[in-house]
Amino acid sequence: MKKTIITVVGKDTVGIIAKVCTFLADNQVNILDISQTIVQDYFNMMMIVDCNKSLKSAGQLDEEISILGNTIGVIIRMQHEDIFNSMHRI
Amino acid sequence: MINIFEVNETNKMIDQENLDVRTITLGISLLDCIDSDLDKVNENIYNKIVHSARNLVSTGNEISKEYGIPIVNKRISITPIALVGGAACKSPDDFVSIAKTLDRAAKEVGVNFIGGYSALVSKGMTTADEYLIRSIPKALASTERVCSSVNVGSTKTGINMDAIKLLGEIIIDTAKATADKDSLGCAKLVVFCNAPDDNPFMAGAFHGVTEADAVINVGISGPGVVKKAIESARGKGFEELCETIKRTAFKITRVGQLVAKEASARLNIPFGIIDLSLAPTPAVGDSVAEILEEIGLEKVGAPGTTAALALLNDQVKKGGVMASSYVGGLSGAFIPVSEDQGMIDAVNAGALTLEKLEAMTCVCSVGLDMIAIPGDTKASTISGIIADESAIGMINQKTTAVRIIPVIGKNIGEVVEFGGLLGYAPVMPVNQYGCDAFINRPGRIPAPIHSFKN
Repeated sequence: MKKTIITVVGKDTVGIIAKVCTFLADNQVNILDISQTIVQDYFNMMMIVDCNKSLKSAGQLDEEISILGNTIGVIIRMQHEDIFNSMHRI
Repeated sequence: MINIFEVNETNKMIDQENLDVRTITLGISLLDCIDSDLDKVNENIYNKIVHSARNLVSTGNEISKEYGIPIVNKRISITPIALVGGAACKSPDDFVSIAKTLDRAAKEVGVNFIGGYSALVSKGMTTADEYLIRSIPKALASTERVCSSVNVGSTKTGINMDAIKLLGEIIIDTAKATADKDSLGCAKLVVFCNAPDDNPFMAGAFHGVTEADAVINVGISGPGVVKKAIESARGKGFEELCETIKRTAFKITRVGQLVAKEASARLNIPFGIIDLSLAPTPAVGDSVAEILEEIGLEKVGAPGTTAALALLNDQVKKGGVMASSYVGGLSGAFIPVSEDQGMIDAVNAGALTLEKLEAMTCVCSVGLDMIAIPGDTKASTISGIIADESAIGMINQKTTAVRIIPVIGKNIGEVVEFGGLLGYAPVMPVNQYGCDAFINRPGRIPAPIHSFKN
């Protein structure tokens, strides 16, 4: 199964997770795992998600979620998990 | 499963340390475009390139978006044109018409450079080779995206001194033909010894005759990532320093391998090689010179520079080789002057000279690269510089190259602006003593004794 990694980085504020999760739910993206920390007031979250049921392409989802990031004031990106697997796993 | 720290490490490399895939280069064989009719050759070449590369740029952009890794350039390398045009071209001007066709095809498919306006003359020149070489000034002046290279020597064949003599003049003529653009034409012309068939980096890329019909080669980069990584090894021993470089080179190369495999699958074109080179850009923090300075030099060019570069080059290879099944091309550290802010600073400070750069080319993957010299430099002096570099390549069984720009109308200390990835460079002094009698000797330098391995 193809998995996608979503990272959210930026200044902490109310409702970041709620807004991101709503967006994902609206687009039939299933969340498999979430880890989140606050480093020096900075919100830092990683999600592992399954986009296979989404009707939108990876490029389209990435574009829309980064626009959502702009409205919240954080940087959001979606990347295929393989870039991390290839770099960190042998 | 991947954790947040690993994800952050990768994204920090991309966001802050300029990690990118420098180029996806599609090699295309044009051997089946050969015809004795010039118009037909031009038509064949245009059709084959446009057909083979029509999805190259969009696929590259797609992969870049999906994985979140910048893929800076999408390029094409082709069979050396001296071979393709040989049957049809009866004059240098005939070859220029092919150059214009290549330029047109490159623009049509949206690549920023097409390499392979080349001749392989390491032992001798055919008439077609000579026509092509003589057409270079006009070809590079009348096109935008065409890159040219000539292989003038190899460990197996020795060095073709007749070709080197001719190329000294051709480089001056190319500089004059593009004098209105700070002699930019010379930035698109590389003279090689032991040129590799599968190099994806411009301006020296061409698709060798031993290659398949089409192949995907990928050039990776990331000097900034190495620099950042070895900051943690400050003051530590060589073992830890080398370990850090190797580990970083491994990670960078794995990304290149992933992109190459993906591009190959999506374009349905076989994967050739990964070129694991540290290719700098003029951007701050994307410099090979800064790595050398981090290793412990006050400025690049100081005593110790050659040793530090040798260490860096070797560790990059050792780490990278483990990360990909097929490594090729140039693979090592690039030391272009104009494309590396640290090198430019070192030249301006008087720390780095042409002679020291020549010594550095003995231990790294390329040669004298993107060096601006005074426009009134004699052709024979340029030939002498090429001969020196070729000798280093021939004797050490490695690739060496010269991409030197005699900037018409500019003198030592003046600055030349090439723009974009090509950067800017201060004009460097050249040894004033001549070598005319040496260059004027006809013939070739014989192959070295250690080439006889049969």
